[in-house]
Amino acid sequence: MEVIRLEAPDDFDGWRMAARALAARGVPPEDVLWQVGDEVTDLFAGADLTMPQGAKTLNVPKDFIDLARMAVLHRDPQRFALLYGLLIRVGRDPRVMQDRADPLVRRLSVLVKAIRRDIHKMRAFVRFREMPVGNRVRYISWFEPDHHILRANAGFFVGRFANMEWSILTPDGSVHWDGDVLTEGAGASSSDIPDEDPTEKIWETYYASIFNPSRLMTGAMLREMPKKYWKNMPETRLITGMIAGARGRELEMIERSKPKA
Amino acid sequence: MSRLDMAGKLEILADAAKYDASCASSGAQKRDSRGGKGIGSTTASSGICHSYTPDGRCISLLKILLTNSCIFDCHYCINRKSSNVRRARFTAKEVVDLTLSFYKRNYIEGLFLSSGIIGSPDYTMEQIVEVARSLRLDHDFRGYIHLKTIPDADPMLVEAAGRFADRVSINVELPTVPGLTKLAPEKSAPRIEGAMGQMRLAIEDSKDARRRYRHAPRFATGQSTQMIVGADDGTDRDIVGRAAHLYDRFGLRRVYYSAFSPIPDASAVLPLKRPPLQRENRLYQADWLMRFYTFTPEDVAQTTDPVTGMLPLDIDPKLAWALKFREHFPVDVNRAPKEALLRVPGLGTKAVNGILSARRVRRLRLEDVGRLTVSVKKLLPFIICEDWRPVRLTDRADLKALVAPKPVQLDLFGA
Ligand code: SF4
Repeated sequence: MEVIRLEAPDDFDGWRMAARALAARGVPPEDVLWQVGDEVTDLFAGADLTMPQGAKTLNVPKDFIDLARMAVLHRDPQRFALLYGLLIRVGRDPRVMQDRADPLVRRLSVLVKAIRRDIHKMRAFVRFREMPVGNRVRYISWFEPDHHILRANAGFFVGRFANMEWSILTPDGSVHWDGDVLTEGAGASSSDIPDEDPTEKIWETYYASIFNPSRLMTGAMLREMPKKYWKNMPETRLITGMIAGARGRELEMIERSKPKA
Repeated sequence: MSRLDMAGKLEILADAAKYDASCASSGAQKRDSRGGKGIGSTTASSGICHSYTPDGRCISLLKILLTNSCIFDCHYCINRKSSNVRRARFTAKEVVDLTLSFYKRNYIEGLFLSSGIIGSPDYTMEQIVEVARSLRLDHDFRGYIHLKTIPDADPMLVEAAGRFADRVSINVELPTVPGLTKLAPEKSAPRIEGAMGQMRLAIEDSKDARRRYRHAPRFATGQSTQMIVGADDGTDRDIVGRAAHLYDRFGLRRVYYSAFSPIPDASAVLPLKRPPLQRENRLYQADWLMRFYTFTPEDVAQTTDPVTGMLPLDIDPKLAWALKFREHFPVDVNRAPKEALLRVPGLGTKAVNGILSARRVRRLRLEDVGRLTVSVKKLLPFIICEDWRPVRLTDRADLKALVAPKPVQLDLFGA
């Protein structure tokens, strides 16, 4: 058994280096144990990762790299092993990647799909609160992603809010942008952000006013915005009341829309 | 009347904008705020929904009216001159500030600004353009901007709107011309289409210029429109035909369908009831079939009821087509061309692409197809694979009962 210790749960480069060396030595997937950080087992010694002399470089299709880069972000403890298994098969026959009905390709695509959704939902549902710091303002957010996507997603926020100072805090880590440099920090807790932001009241006014009570479709809302996200989204406080009042508001609307006798 | 504060105005001017269905923030030119002075970015693909309201709709943009006062008297519209709703008006600066403060907190992708007509169409258009100008030039805002343009405004102003916006739209309002004449007497179908035609040219010119000079000035990348469904007696067949004509003639990105909602103090020429929400849904499905599934408008028309001209409400139009043209099935997933696969009810574009890709490697069995789709059970009567061939199932008289979805209650608030 060979043990590979990766530096972080989203350590794609570490996985790639190790996988390349293992594949060059022809180590079969079932002989490798992938570990992150110091979740230690001292049953086995670390693997030898020097590339053997004269080893052929392993060429893989670009869509394998794209898939692997995303799949490593998943919380599934099997991800590194599954990817190494697929790497070995792709090395033998690159066409495996085209076979989207293949069980292993399928399983990894399901992981990638979950990552895409997680990344997308984070871009959508992060909410910043304004906080004065000296004579400047900083925008701070608390978010709980399902997977290890914080680092991979930071670039999006840099591009969008390049000229703003902001921090995104999560239980496992945090990122901070000062207008020039992105820094990483430790995990935080939800109480580390300001308690409120006066703009939230105005946002709630908007949320309540743009809602059309005559077309209640809560199923569609919940599918796209599951309740687990609600606690960090100020507007969701209003939902229960909006639903309860909807039928009454519609009846009143119909009453008022009748031409006067 | 007491003076309205910010929240008071927002309440009125968001409420008045909610009948507009178009809210997407897709199809912009990809850009971000690096190297600039302000904030904002757009993705080239689909936009982001930052929240959802209990009506199931996505909030992507701050969708408001500059004012809900209007000199026109369109019957279906809550803002029409003769309606006695409370009126409000934002200044351009108020809209700019509101947009920026929402954007900074990551509530929105940008702004969708529309307006009732005040003073004159030109004056109104100037005010709308001023908001966009200030966001872009004073604040270097690089988020999404969608402007509703007014067909009767000076073409120069409409062109200016295109320079600052990612998307412009002009509503055709009603699917039929008699409907428009009756319900929006001050509007004219030829003027609306004339303005759409000009916008198409401007968008194409700028695409062309960008292809040749990288630094050609930016311009909106698309236009869209909206039709109100159920306010006049246009049938689904009329609506689909009109939409096809608009896509074709004006290169529209999207046609939005908005089920007519009862509005307060409606005029007597309007129906009292909203059409079933399912109708709007079926129209969107028909629209998708034309845009992504190689259905022609005639194909869709053939699924409508010959007498009423309506799409079936109990099954979706793709299934309706398959049940009517059973001779096209079963389709062999290992051999059939893409167009034939796209016709199979229950196979989406992703699944079809998966099948095309996988069958280059090996012949597909039923379990393979099962891994590529949500539910293989519904496909059974319509496909052939390596180890599956339906037993003339497509001839069965009760086929519809076998594959049609059970009616579901849409409106339950499940946890
Ligand atoms: S012009 Fe627009 S705002 Fe005015 S009444 Fe007609 S639809 Fe309503």
